[in-house]
Parts: sequence; structure tokens; C-alpha cells
Amino acid sequence: MSGDPKKHENKKMIKIKINDEELRVPEGITILEASHEAGVRIPTLCHLDLHDLQLYNKTASCRVCMVELDDPMRNKLVPACVTEVYDGMKVRTDTLRAITARRMAVELLLSNHPNECFTCPKNLECELQALAEELNVREIRWEGERMNYPKDTSSDAIVKDANKCIYCRRCETGCNVVQTCGILSGIGRGFHAFVGPFFNIPMVESSCTYCGQCVQVCPTAALTEVFHTDKVWEALNDPDKHVIVQTAPAIRVALGELFGMEPGTIVTGKLVTALKRMGFDGVFDTDFGADLTIMEEAAELIYRIENNKTLPILTNCCPAWVKFIEHQFPELLHVPSTCKSPHIMFGTIAKTYYAEKKGIDPDNIVVVSVMPCLAKKAEAKRPELTKDGHNNVDIVITTRELAAMIKEAGIKFDALPDSEYDKPLGETTGASVIFGTAGGVIEAAMRTAYEWMTGEKLENVEFEQLRGMDGIKKATVKIGEKELKIAVASGLGNARKILEEIREGKSEYHAIEIMACPGGCIAGPGQPYHHGNAEIVKKRQQAIYEEDRRKKVRKSHENKEILELYEKYLGKPFGEKAHELLHTHFEARERI
Amino acid sequence: MTRKRTNIMVCGGTGCLASESEKVMRNLNLILKARGYDEEVEVIQTGCFGFCEQGPIVKIEPDDVLYVRVSPKDAKDIVDEHIIKGRKIERLLYTEPKKKQKVGKHEEMPFYKKQLRIALRNCGFINPEDIYEYIAVGGYEALGKTLTSMSPDEVIDIVKKSGLRGRGGGGFPTGVKWELARKQESDVKFIICNADEGDPGAFMDRSILEGDPHSILEAMAIGGYAIGADKGIIYIRAEYPLAISRLTTALKQARELGLLGKNILGTSFSFDIDLKYGAGAFVCGEETALINSCEGKRGEPNYKPPYPVEEGYWGHPTCVNNVETFANIPPIINKGADWFASIGTEKSKGTKVFALAGKVNNVGLVEVPMGITLREIIYDIGGGIQGGRKFKAVQTGGPSGGVIPEKYLDTPIDYDSLLEIGSMMGSGGMIVMDETNNMVEIAKFYLEFTQDEACGKCAPGRIGTRRMYELLNKITGGKGTMADLDALKQLAYMVKDSALCGLCQTAPNPIVSTMKHFWDEYVSFIKDVDHPRGEGRYVAKNKDVARGKSK
Amino acid sequence: MKIKSLEELRKIRQESLEKIKLREHGETVENRIEILVGMATCGISSGARETLNAFVDEIAKEKLDNVKVIPVGCIGYCHAEPTVQVNMPGKKPVFYGNVKKNRVHEILEKHIKGGEPVESLILPVDFERA
Repeated sequence: MSGDPKKHENKKMIKIKINDEELRVPEGITILEASHEAGVRIPTLCHLDLHDLQLYNKTASCRVCMVELDDPMRNKLVPACVTEVYDGMKVRTDTLRAITARRMAVELLLSNHPNECFTCPKNLECELQALAEELNVREIRWEGERMNYPKDTSSDAIVKDANKCIYCRRCETGCNVVQTCGILSGIGRGFHAFVGPFFNIPMVESSCTYCGQCVQVCPTAALTEVFHTDKVWEALNDPDKHVIVQTAPAIRVALGELFGMEPGTIVTGKLVTALKRMGFDGVFDTDFGADLTIMEEAAELIYRIENNKTLPILTNCCPAWVKFIEHQFPELLHVPSTCKSPHIMFGTIAKTYYAEKKGIDPDNIVVVSVMPCLAKKAEAKRPELTKDGHNNVDIVITTRELAAMIKEAGIKFDALPDSEYDKPLGETTGASVIFGTAGGVIEAAMRTAYEWMTGEKLENVEFEQLRGMDGIKKATVKIGEKELKIAVASGLGNARKILEEIREGKSEYHAIEIMACPGGCIAGPGQPYHHGNAEIVKKRQQAIYEEDRRKKVRKSHENKEILELYEKYLGKPFGEKAHELLHTHFEARERI
Repeated sequence: MTRKRTNIMVCGGTGCLASESEKVMRNLNLILKARGYDEEVEVIQTGCFGFCEQGPIVKIEPDDVLYVRVSPKDAKDIVDEHIIKGRKIERLLYTEPKKKQKVGKHEEMPFYKKQLRIALRNCGFINPEDIYEYIAVGGYEALGKTLTSMSPDEVIDIVKKSGLRGRGGGGFPTGVKWELARKQESDVKFIICNADEGDPGAFMDRSILEGDPHSILEAMAIGGYAIGADKGIIYIRAEYPLAISRLTTALKQARELGLLGKNILGTSFSFDIDLKYGAGAFVCGEETALINSCEGKRGEPNYKPPYPVEEGYWGHPTCVNNVETFANIPPIINKGADWFASIGTEKSKGTKVFALAGKVNNVGLVEVPMGITLREIIYDIGGGIQGGRKFKAVQTGGPSGGVIPEKYLDTPIDYDSLLEIGSMMGSGGMIVMDETNNMVEIAKFYLEFTQDEACGKCAPGRIGTRRMYELLNKITGGKGTMADLDALKQLAYMVKDSALCGLCQTAPNPIVSTMKHFWDEYVSFIKDVDHPRGEGRYVAKNKDVARGKSK
Repeated sequence: MKIKSLEELRKIRQESLEKIKLREHGETVENRIEILVGMATCGISSGARETLNAFVDEIAKEKLDNVKVIPVGCIGYCHAEPTVQVNMPGKKPVFYGNVKKNRVHEILEKHIKGGEPVESLILPVDFERA
């Protein structure tokens, strides 16, 4: 929460006083940062500093962090989140004036906020609600007009309810500064101001990628996901349907948080048990689809290198990133790999190979994906991701939606025993697990490409240079005689830099992994809300690598079920049948 | 200032100093001391009375007697005759040329020119579309002087010494701002003219741009030279088409004559100016919002620091000054810092243009030396209240200011005194209200404006101003309670304390000041309804007033 | 033509002085008369453009070759727009307020031709210019 500590190294130390606490703090930090050391809590709302996740919202607009300067020359209230300390500064957070101002700021926000906490999707997750409790708000004295805009439910991924917008602009910072998409911005002025796409057009008509960074950081329910839990319950209760579920790699390291477990707890076994108890006919792992993706992508990379085709190759597991390039760089659509994303590959195989094997009519198979992502909800609806009139994947729910369903079903998650994923399509590798974090896809691809290109065994499978939280990571991997230049970009702003290099012909890379969410899927907008604590995301990342280390098989091409799938059904990786089933195409879209 | 029985005000303007006013003062003090009157009579040196050709000028207060052409040896008579015996000294009184009649009382003098036009000096005098007319009245001389004979630091020094403060409302010392901008290390700097005039009723900036556009171009070039910028921007609201067209003409002419562009007047200094149009949002007059708007972003303020002089237009150091501020620059360069500093009060130098409006007879633009009283502006220049009605209050500073009741009419006005009495200079709107105006309605009028013009960025500005406006509506609609008045007051102070930028920090001022001075008008709306028979002390004297029968 | 130096600027100033001498001091080399019309937004909206056109038309009609009509900015007398200033050689400038176009004829006849200011329209000028 306290910003990048490196930023304050070698800074002069100065003396300040917060309430009665004397402190020595580095020059240039904010009162808010200093308050952490004073054991003083200053409430915040619009403020958000996720330095590892690239987002820093410093609009200072909610005025919930006002503190009083105890200085005869400047006796005034200042926002603690952006006001820098100076030598001799005396701050009081506990005067009547400051307490009243903070409480009244929340009262004002509540006076223009729907009173529907009970039924609100953010009930007990809402930062405004928590503040009302923390600041001892007991009545709202200001009756008057409230915003009254229709809900935007036009898209398959994101619901926008402007009436709950408190205009903190976190979403806008995420959308414009981090993701450089420029979809969300302030609309209207004065009392009627709220955030939305320009002219408040429906989200579905905008160039929104559904990356969901806005949902991730929205303190209220102004931006939430489209809920699909009812559809899952309906399918599970339909006796004619064979309902199978797949879980993305990032789910197992985050779901526990919603049941009171420590961030970073790996709950793979409990997750599988819960899904089985909910009544799914098959519980599978998207990791299987990820291993399949690596087979295809590594083969495609080698094909492009050997045949002097377009380089670099860009991974495209992330549907938000795919939509980004379609809108923003339609002239570069020949650059990404044509592979479908892992869960779509899985869905495709489930409705072909698995259906044949099990002797089930694909029409009766319902594939549910549990994803850390909102863009996957929209991806599943893309017309080209269908076969014989049915979607490759039918329903996508988020980690949060799954937790809600587990609660609805009355399952005591923390008391569950562990189970194994079903077979076939259940075997996975360490390579596919790390898909859940930025850098993981390319690392997995390198593990396979190395062995395929050199014919030698790769001993150290951990590519440290591709790990960590940096927005752009670069590495050179020596593969036999060849040096492969690799980059990893997470966050669409970083993707834009990479794409601009490619467009200008300046890119020197062979392969680039791109993820829309800074940090990758572990920090996806369908994951449990981190409420501004980026440390949670780091713990999930550590857990992902831990899960990789636990696996006996850590390379996709050593997955026996995958090999069997190719042998019995698909033929060669990047071959004709694989092409038909596992690859897709892109569409140039307007930039609005 | 503790008032003694009598004040002898001696003009300390440059003109009068040149004609020995200092000796007059010294003699007055010596004689007063000798006669034992130094305890009850004080000799005060004042700013320029604007009547220099008759100097030295001496004014006796509270008698309101004005003596002209006072020589040091007249000091004895002033003390002995006027102070001690209470007799006017005939020979020192001003003789009105036409009538050959002596007039002693200040307000009786029709020729006493209370207005001094520095910023408006050329308005109505030259053809604004003819650069040669501007040159003929000495235009671009100041630019030539700075470029050929002054260093940037010297320019800043003169502006600092002159005491010029920002005329857009804040009153920040212009020279200091320039110095801060100059000290920034950057290859690219900008100087911006804020022509986003938006206070209801204020139009001095438009008047200057329409009547004397070259003075702004010249001043911006001088400012650019001083801070090290080679690019200027005039941010002007699109609702000023005539000003835009005259500026466009002026820019073209100045470029043709090489007064803008590369190597101005054969020196190494190059400078040019772009026009950027605003859509007329009030908040875009706030400098960070203005810069956002210039960049094509949403016009809303940012938290300061960083200040624009540190990080402004596209991140470069940027100095933003108001039109009227710029209009003062060429005369300061030409006539010197001392001349300018001789006009006005101790902390507010020079003149201020006010847009005098409301219930006065002569509405219009007036430019007066700082330190003039409101009474002089309203009665002497404005010709008094329409229909001979009674004065009630005057609002200065537009929607950000406050109302000033009658008891402060004799306050010499400057940036600081206006703040002290609960209002502010602002950009110079001055709206006069008479006994028929209801002050709660006045407050509501301003709140309606500010809550509508607020950008919406901060919660107090977005929701707080709206709730205040709604409460005022409830109160004036006869549905308010005493609890509403408390809530309104509390909210007003909270918004003042907590809003993000100046617009909404000052938005409650009309409420705060009308509550302070006209509380009974608020209460009359409440008690008249809750207690139909009325409770003596709360019932307004005039029901029509309480019911807001004002225009 | 670009002005290359401060000296050149001053020379141009000397050459241009004729343009305004009349206004300040009633001085002029020729027998020129100037009519300044306040043409700021406020003046125009009060009818200054019609007034200015009326002057121009009537001057042309009467062939008064020595009379020049000049649009200027506003002098701030909003209560008395449109405003007009008449500058004649050897005389103090006369300042008129409320000069709607129907008063133009009167000013031309009485003041410009007859040399007698129209008293009922005269405004006192209560300011000094720096």
C-alpha cells in the first residue's frame, strides 16, 4: 500500500509529527505513507497505489482522507493521499474538523448512492460500505436528487451501473494510463458526472477489450461482471445434459481467499472436490488445454522460424489482448499465433475427442469454464469459436462466481478433502500451471521448443529472467546454435509499446507473450478482490511456481494424455486436423 | 489601523513625491508634535490619488477636505487653522475651472477622476485592428526595451518590484510566478494567457482583448522572454468570437511586422502565440483545468503540487497569467516599477478593473486604483443606487466571493481587505444589491451557477454544492427548518475545507457571507412558516423582502 | 515588411503618430475629423454597428471627405452604449453616450458641420489613462 519503497531510497530524512507521534520519515513521501509508520489509520477511497500492478490513482478526488495541518500559517485540511510531508510538518488526523470533513465526504457520497446494499453484487466487498462503517456514519442528512441512469448490460462481460459510480476514476486510470484503451472517461459535469465510454454509448459498441481492470479496481458495484451462475445451476439440474467443468491455472491459488484462507494457499484438491459435489459430470483442468496450446504454439514458432515466416510470434491465450490488437492494430493481425486459447481448445476437444470417447452427443455436452477473467465470458460467445452450431465453451464463470455457488450449495469449503481431476483430459504438467502468471506461457513454450529444436533434454526448466512482476521482461534464450530473443509484456499499455515496435519494423524478438492483466491471470478481474493490496497477487504468483515445482512432469510435450490425444486423434502438432480444431482467426475491428 | 481623531493623508505617489510631498509630511509631523496634537492626529502617506497635476495633495479625514498644491510651508496653516481651529484654508482648496468656485469636499468635485486606466488604457481609444495605432501610442516599445536592453532577470525584477499581483482572482505576485517559471530547468516552456473569463457579469478581459489585443501579445512576448519560453498560448472561450477575430488579426499583423516570430526586432529572441478555444466551462479558468483542456483532455483541475510552473502543458513548465495581468505589463516596463508601485495600497499595487453591475445607475467597466472605497465606486463612479433606493450589499469576486454589507462601504479595497471582510477580489465582478434584493435568493443564484459549473471531480464539489443548492431551494420554498439552516452552514464550511480546487472551495462563500450578515433573512423563511403568528425577533421587517421579491 | 530593430519601431511610431494625435491633443496636420465608435461585443449588441454604418453612409452622402469613422474597443460605459467620441482639430474630444443610429444625423449636422456639440448626449469622462 505504501508505494514503491525504492522510490524513497537515499532520500533525506525529515522530522514530522502525526497527532502526538514524532516520526523521522524520508522527504517526499505522502502523509498517508507516513501515517503507516505512525500507527495511524487514515481512510482512503479513490486512492490506489498498486505499484507492482502498474496502477497509481492519485486523483485526490473523494476527499475521504482529509487531515488537518497544525500550522498557524497553513491551518487547513489537506488530502493525505497526495500531500507530501515537509520538515517540521504537524498533522492531526483526530480533530473534530478533520473527522467531520471525512465523515461528511462519505455522507455526501451515500446521499447520491442507491440504498441497496442487501442485493448489491458488492455487498460486503464494497469499499464505500466499509468506509461508512469505519467512519461511524449513522444518518445521511442530505436528501436530494440521486443519479438515475439505466444500467448498461449490453456486453457479455461487464455490467456498468453509473448510479453506483462515486467518480474515483480508478477505472479510468486503469483503462487509459495502464491499458491505454481510452474507453472509460468522465462524462457530464457537476452533479451528473460519472464514468463511461464517450457519449455513454453501450459498452458493447465501444472498443472495450473486457480486460476488466476497471472491475478489478472499482470500489463499489459501478462496474461488475455479468453473472452466469444461474445458467450453471440450470445446466447441472438438466438430466439430459452432460455438464463438465474446467478450472484455469490461476483459480487454485486464489479461491481459498474467499473462504478465509491465507492468500497464496493452494486449494486444487478442495476445488476439485467442491466441483464434484456440486454435481459436475466431469471435473477437468484447463491446464490440459494449456499443454495442448504449448504443443501447437511451439510447433508454430518452429515452423515460422524454419520457414522464414512472420516473426515475432505473439501468444494469444488472453482474449482481452486479442480484442485489443483487433481494435488498435488491425494491420498486425498476421503476427499473433493462430492458436485458440487453452480453455477454448479444451472445450473443442471435449466436444469432439472426449464426446466420441464417451459416446455422448456433443449437443448434450455443456462445457463450463471457471476463469479468473471477464474477457473469457465474451470470448466464449465469439462466432468463430463454435463447431457444428455449438459453442466450444458454453458458460464462463469467475473465481468469485464459483465461490458464490459453493456457498449457495452449502459446501463447507475449508473442511473438504482433496480429490484428483477426472480422466481423460485430466493430466497436466508444471508447464501448464504457470500459464496463470505473466511470463508463464512463454516459459512453458521454451521448455518444449528447446527440446524439440535441439533434441536435447532441458535440465533447468526455470527461466528466472522471465519471472517477476515487471511490466516488460526481456530475455535471450540460447537454444543450440540459435539465440531466441524473448519478451513478456503484461498490461495492454506495455503491449502497445511492443506492437508499435513491431509496426515500425524495429522489433528484434522471436516470440513475445502478452497478457492484458498486469501480472497475468493471477491478477485477473474475476479473482477475489485484492482491495488495493498487491502483495496478495505476489503470493498467488509464488503459489503458482510452487505448484509447478510440485509436478513430476514439467514439460507439456511429456504429458502422456496429450501425446495420446495426438496419436489417436489429432495427428501431428500444427498438422491438418489440429489446424481445423485448435486454430482460429482474427477480425479487424473499429477503434471507437 | 487604529483610527485617531483625525488623519492627515498625504499623497505619496510619484507625482506628489516629485513635488515635495515628503517635506510636507515631515513638517506636518514636526508641527503637530510641537502643538501637542501628535497623539490624536496621524499623518499617513497614501498611494496616488490619481490627481497628480494638482499635487502635492493632502486630505483631511474624516472631514473629507482636500487640499491641492500644498507646499511644505503650508503645513503650519493646516495644523493651526484646520486641525486646531477647524477652519478650512481657502487658498488651498481646489478651484473648479468652469465655475471658479472653491470645492473642498471630495465628492463635490466633478473633475476628480477616481478612475485611472492602466489595463484599459487603449480601450476605446485606438482602432484594435490597426497595429500602427497601437505602435503610435507606444505599443511594442516595452517589448523592444526588454529585448534590447534588459536581461530576463531584470524584467522579472521590475515586475516583482512593481508589486503586480494576478488579476484573475488569486492575487499571486506575478513577478514571483515568472521567477519560479524562469528557475525551472527545461528546454521547453510555455506562457499561457488565461482568457477563459467566466464570472457572471465580468467582462474586462473580453473588453481588453477586443479593444487592445496587441497589448496582450506584447506582454506575452515579454513574459516569454522573462521565463525562457518561445511559445505562448491564449486560451480563450469560443463564446468570444469578436475577441478571437481581433486577436487573429492582431497576431497576423504582429507576425507581418516581425513583432512575433523568429528573431524579434533583430534580436535572438523568437516567440509566437497560438490560440486555443475553450468551450466555456467555468472551471477551465482554473489553471490546471485550463492546461488539461489545452491538451485536449477533460477540463478539470488536478491536485497541486505539482504546480504548472513546474509541470504544466504536456509536462513542461508553464506560466499562466490572466488577460488583465498581462495588460499591466507594458506600462510597468515603460514607466517603471516605482510608478506602478506608487499607485494602490501597501500590498496591492496598481489598479483593478471592476465590472460594476446590478442596481447602480452607471453600470459598466471601471478601473480604479487599489485602495479606493466601495462607496466611491458605487456612488461616485456608479452614480448611486437606481431609483434612489437604499443600498443593501455588494457582491465582489463573482460566485466565489461574498456579499459586503453597508458597514464596510468605506473599507479601502484591495486583495487582503476584501478577504478580511469575507469576500475576495476575484476577477472583478461587482454586483450591487439594493433593499429589494433578498439575500438568500442571491446566495441561491450563485449556488445554482457553481453547482452547475462544477466539474464534478471531487465529492464535496460534485455532491456538496448540489446539496447546498437543494437546501437553499427548500428554504426559499418555505419548507426549511432550523435544522436545515444548521445543516447548510455545516455543509458550507465542509465544502470550503475539503473541495479540491478553488472553484468549489469558494463556492460556499455567498452562503457563508449572507448567513453572517443577513441571518435574519434566512430565519424569516423558516419561522414565518413554522410559526404563522411569527416570533417577533425572527420576523423580517419587510415581508416582501423576506419572500424574495427581487428580480 | 519586418521591423528589424527598436530604432525602426520608433521610426514607425513617429510616422504613425498622426493617426492618434488628434485624439489626444486635438492636433492634426490636416483638417481631419475623427469619429470613434465603440465596437466591442457589448456596443455592437446595443446597436453600435448600425450607428457606425449610419455615420459612414451619411458621410458618404454628404461627401464629408475629411471625416473618418474608426471602430475602437469599449470604454466601459455599458449604461450608455453605443458610445461615440468626436475629435475635431483644435478642440477637446467630445464623448457621447446612447448614440443610436437615429441620433447620427443630429451629431453630423450640429457638431461635425456646425461645430456645436450635442449637449444632451454628452457624457462626462471620469477617468485618466496611464
